[in-house]
Amino acid sequence: MNSAVDPTFNISSSVSAKPDALQAPTKIKVEKLDFYYGQNHALKNINFEIPEKRVTAMIGPSGCGKSTLLRVFNRMYDLYPGQRAEGGVMFDGVNIVGKELDPTVVRTRIGMVFQKPTPFPMSIYDNIAFGVRLHENLNKAKMDERVESCLRKAAIWEETKDRLHTSALGMSGGQQQRLCIARTIAVQPEVILLDEPTSALDPISTSKIEDLIDELKQDFTIVIVTHNMQQAARCADITAFFYLGELVEVAPSDVIFTNPKQIKTRDYITGRFG
Amino acid sequence: MDATMAGLPGSGVQPGHIGDAKPVGRIADTVFVSLLWGCGIFVLVLLGLIIAMLFEGGLPAFRAFGLEFLWTATWNPVTEQFGALVMIYGTIFSAIIAVIVALPLSFGIAFFLTEIAPQVLRRPIGVAVQLLAAVPSIIYGMWGFFIISPLMAAYVQPPLIDWLGPVPVIGALFTGPALGGGMLTAGLIMAVMILPFITAMFVETLESVPPMLKESAYGVGGTTFEVYKNVSVPYGKTAMVGAVMLGLGRALGETMAVTFVIGNATRLSASLFAPGATIASTIANEFPEAAQGSLKLDSLLALGFILFVISFIVLALSRFLVRSNLKS
Repeated sequence: MNSAVDPTFNISSSVSAKPDALQAPTKIKVEKLDFYYGQNHALKNINFEIPEKRVTAMIGPSGCGKSTLLRVFNRMYDLYPGQRAEGGVMFDGVNIVGKELDPTVVRTRIGMVFQKPTPFPMSIYDNIAFGVRLHENLNKAKMDERVESCLRKAAIWEETKDRLHTSALGMSGGQQQRLCIARTIAVQPEVILLDEPTSALDPISTSKIEDLIDELKQDFTIVIVTHNMQQAARCADITAFFYLGELVEVAPSDVIFTNPKQIKTRDYITGRFG
Repeated sequence: MDATMAGLPGSGVQPGHIGDAKPVGRIADTVFVSLLWGCGIFVLVLLGLIIAMLFEGGLPAFRAFGLEFLWTATWNPVTEQFGALVMIYGTIFSAIIAVIVALPLSFGIAFFLTEIAPQVLRRPIGVAVQLLAAVPSIIYGMWGFFIISPLMAAYVQPPLIDWLGPVPVIGALFTGPALGGGMLTAGLIMAVMILPFITAMFVETLESVPPMLKESAYGVGGTTFEVYKNVSVPYGKTAMVGAVMLGLGRALGETMAVTFVIGNATRLSASLFAPGATIASTIANEFPEAAQGSLKLDSLLALGFILFVISFIVLALSRFLVRSNLKS
């Protein structure tokens, strides 16, 4: 049991400077979720809601379970035997943790960007087209259009339009990461999961990605795991603090960073541990 | 400041001139470095001597027959007419059969081991594949001669001759009597022999694909096969080409197992079932009967030189492919 969180915690009852952040409908609802790495109980009875077309940040010290939860959202844990989730992650009224759902379907609706840029060993164009080709049968013109619009949305079109057919491995780290974001939105997901997307990038690339996140939330629901609390404060509408596999507190970011309810949260965001 | 420059006060250490310093172990180090140089040079000298000896030994044959030696199909010790074509053809053809058979199997085993196999099966299968490499080639030869050849003669070759023999063009590959041995059988045995090497390198390559890269491909909704085909294999393409070439190189030089099953006939035939010969099997078979100073011995040495050159070209080609792959 997670005693620290009142499961009925009502976001809209708390004071917020961003009221619009709280009026959004729920996109993903986590209900009594437990997660195990073999014998290790990594997530304990998690309950919370992720609002649609908002940025939700998950923070907490290493090993707190935030990345694990992110990997539950797109069934990435399925690739590894011994990892299992119990409970509910409701998405469009369907429990995506349920065995009956094909993980590849979940992953096209809920895309993911990783800590390090992971361009595929192919051209920039093909990096974008790869995921699209798996699910849609577009003609050349339609595909060109899709590639361009995704690169534009990821704010990288100007840098890549003249070298679409060269290897993606020749780009800088920051460009590669934006390419990975473009690749993720190319399959037209509804949710984008970002797992510490700027941890391997320099400050300028980081700020570009953060601007991009701000843009993208108009079209997508975004969940970001970050170690950088300023980043969570800057980007996220909602922030959830995890500690030792439990959800300690979830609230609008301005509340959690100025007036947290839990002492643990306050200690963490003021840098007393973690 | 002064104290540090003049040594520590009271320690009795006097600052010496840096040019007078004698490092401990300098002689030992010189000896060690010279030994390492020796080891490096030794390889070059050894290789050079082997090439020179083969070439010199085969030179009389090249003098007698000219470059025609390479494309003459006659091998007649009685009339002392020698040509290398049958053996060159047999060497390359049987090695290519071996690679064609081993490649898909290696892919399958390597991918099964790295992606699909449950943890409990991984080790046993991995070890079994490694053990295939530990079986001496003479054992493969006997296995091929006593088990595989009769099976081929009874169950594989007759239906293939019946079904595919009448087909135009490729039918030529499936003609002749079902003797059991021949090019195909030799290729199959060699496929088993090179399988562990190719598989081991494929496994290593697939394991070196960053998990995050694979997860990214799964993350856009790829299935296991799509991820394998589009991400894992292209990522490791370079090393995989090297692995195949290495397998080909091994098959080219394989002697004992081939000698047992290939039939050792110095006749040229398009059929997969006809007895043939490879360079290595011919040398192994005929060396004991070649008199010192005879043209036959010279021709065998020339064959050895040709095998060396073929192997060298394969190796060079694989390195070239690997390098051009790295650049792109």
